[in-house]
Amino acid sequence: MKFHIYRYNPDTDAAPYMQDYDLDIEPAGKMLLDALLLLKEQDDSLSLRKSCREGVCGSDAMNINGRNGLACITPLSSLKEPITLRPLPGLPVIRDLIVDMTQFFKQYHSIKPYLINNDPPPETERLQSPAQRAHLNGLYECILCACCSTACPSFWWNPDKFVGPAGLLQAYRFLADTRDHASRERLDDLEDPYRLFRCHTIMNCVDVCPKELNPTEAIGNIKDMMVRRLV
Amino acid sequence: MTVAKRTFDVVVVGAGGAGMRAALQLAQAGLKVAVLSKVFPTRSHTVAAQGGIAASLGNVNEDNWHWHMYDTVKGSDYLGDQDAIEFMCRAAPEVVYELEHFGMPFDRLDSGKIYQRPFGGHMQDYGKTPVQRACAAADRTGHAMLHTLYQQNVKANTHFFIEWMALDLIRDEDGDVLGVTAMEIETGEVMIFQARATLFATGGAGRIFASSTNAYINTGDGLGMAARAGIPLEDMEFFQFHPTGVYGAGVLISEGVRGEGGYLVNKNGERFMERYAPTAKDLASRDVVSRAITVEINEGRGCGPYGDHILLKLDHLGDEVIKQRLPGIREIALKFAHVDPAISPIPVVPTAHYMMGGIPTNYHGQVVAPYKTGPDEVVRGLYAVGECACVSVHGANRLGCNSLLDLLVFGREAGRQIIEDLQNHPHPKPLPADAAERPLARLARLENQQNGERVAEVGNEMRKVMQKHCGVFRFPELLAEGVEQIKQVAERVARTGIGDKSRVFNTARIEALELDNLIEVAQATMVSAAARQESRGAHARDDFPQRDDQNWLKHSLYFREDHRLDYKPVRLKSLTVESFPLKARVY
Repeated sequence: MKFHIYRYNPDTDAAPYMQDYDLDIEPAGKMLLDALLLLKEQDDSLSLRKSCREGVCGSDAMNINGRNGLACITPLSSLKEPITLRPLPGLPVIRDLIVDMTQFFKQYHSIKPYLINNDPPPETERLQSPAQRAHLNGLYECILCACCSTACPSFWWNPDKFVGPAGLLQAYRFLADTRDHASRERLDDLEDPYRLFRCHTIMNCVDVCPKELNPTEAIGNIKDMMVRRLV
Repeated sequence: MTVAKRTFDVVVVGAGGAGMRAALQLAQAGLKVAVLSKVFPTRSHTVAAQGGIAASLGNVNEDNWHWHMYDTVKGSDYLGDQDAIEFMCRAAPEVVYELEHFGMPFDRLDSGKIYQRPFGGHMQDYGKTPVQRACAAADRTGHAMLHTLYQQNVKANTHFFIEWMALDLIRDEDGDVLGVTAMEIETGEVMIFQARATLFATGGAGRIFASSTNAYINTGDGLGMAARAGIPLEDMEFFQFHPTGVYGAGVLISEGVRGEGGYLVNKNGERFMERYAPTAKDLASRDVVSRAITVEINEGRGCGPYGDHILLKLDHLGDEVIKQRLPGIREIALKFAHVDPAISPIPVVPTAHYMMGGIPTNYHGQVVAPYKTGPDEVVRGLYAVGECACVSVHGANRLGCNSLLDLLVFGREAGRQIIEDLQNHPHPKPLPADAAERPLARLARLENQQNGERVAEVGNEMRKVMQKHCGVFRFPELLAEGVEQIKQVAERVARTGIGDKSRVFNTARIEALELDNLIEVAQATMVSAAARQESRGAHARDDFPQRDDQNWLKHSLYFREDHRLDYKPVRLKSLTVESFPLKARVY
């Protein structure tokens, strides 16, 4: 199979370039990550992140034939040749397919991604009905791979001001949790021309999420909460 | 070459469940803590745990920690230390409630309490009937737990060093541990992390096997560093094979699937577990199920054109239950086994999963080794928790859903113990002059190696040897050959070379350093397995099919130097209750 891969090593390259690779591999039943690891056996200078190889850690997120996704759960047979691989768009490239995630995590951290409840903890669990718990479905499963935020034009233009889909999905994960008592502070923090409202419902995030989550819907729910408390 | 140095109260190596639970304890106590992690914390392998975390909350069935303790002792095939097991099972409800207060999104019962499901080996009333003891967030319990712990660490302002790889331990003449050397992956810079306490939470080493449920990062780094620093590795022969890895891919299918009512069938459509474990059936302990599957395959009742796997059937559960309770499994089955589990069974095979052995510790997380006065002398300044540690609560076999519990209980306890110990050691000891010598020598060798063997090739050879010679059933000739072959692979590891010599995010160099660690674990595992002449838990010998308490009720200790083995007694005395006496294991 033919590959067309973005290469850049600041140690040795003046500028990034695209490199072609040929790989003798039978695509049936194999994932893109399997092919990349075979390519790395041939050329150990090809660098990428990897860990779980089953779509739960988010390490090997990259731009695959123009669309963000995880190499470990993208079947080789689903890809048109030459398979063009680039680093996630919009973030600084450290090397080859590895991007600097600092800005992404800064935004994630900015929404206070932890449960806030200042009541003294009870002896056993804080009760939550199955229906209340069901509100967290589609929110807590995020693996922080950054496919969504790096597919979002609003995040490209204002990565330091707009929280981005991944961060906002997590913001709503805590707003939706009946055990969390900081809704007011959380909404105050997002009531700003950029942090929340730069989402223009383009829905690229929904399109690329490898976990089939819906950040746009979560953002809509936050906007709803915002409006409801104003009227 | 001078190496930069930073000084902390504590350095934690590894940011999985155990490392982060410990870090939280330490950060909240106001200590200056550095947490080193090869990957972003939420990418640690804890994220892949599926089925649940064990605790006798009794939310569904009547339950108590004595029954949990009994199941754990029995599951460990009596090689577990009963003091540590009591400590863990007694603390289980407390740490699970704590986790819930941290924001863990557990599934719920109609009463609003935490949902619990049955899991292999967990029984009511000292082994009579299966009990619902596994607290679960669908089949993403590890993911939910790891993120919850990370979130709490963000709140506590824990100082993470992300994408830093620890290289070697620093010990002085007295044998005290004074910190670690580490490399920033992005820049290739080496730095000394000096600390009054060093805690290893580096996880497992499943990547010594060709077919493994483990992530690529599970390369036994803590064990490699410990072995090179002269610390023994305990009970390494006991490597658990999970009964249900996806055939061909190795990706894990949670035991929770069987907890929800899934079961195994052979090529005749027969539910064979009833023959091997009449009471617990598919919910027997993992080593029992893995061995049963292997027997079925070996006796010609395996499925597929090569008769080399078994089927896990869950279509009778219905699409609703599968989507609600097992959504992750459904995803895995579709992607890696190419079947919809609501329609077709999933092809599975026992797959290397969890290392029961590790760096020997007591139940406070302090590393212990024989030195002058006895087998359990504390190594000052060094602690270990999680899969890289051997506490030993898992004994010869890990009971399902006890590992997430182990991370929380001993992560927290090691944190507490470190806080206490540091009160007696207010100042760091001076570093030895050669503190960074070993890692710098390893890096220099890689830099200067001419015509070295490829890392990937030597690594593949190691995994092939381990898979063939140290699998579910172990045969005398295969083991003896395996010991020789793995030593030969080790000699090749010492001569690996890399093509890429650049400094920036050089993953070729990282993989070479990881192989240095893996080969230590592989040798320890093979040598310990060849020596133990009995079948116990996860270690099944073809030539010694029975458990031999007379001669082998003891922990093995492997020393890297000359591949020497020593043994120490199992701690049969529990803390506050009567010990469970040895008896034959039936399920």
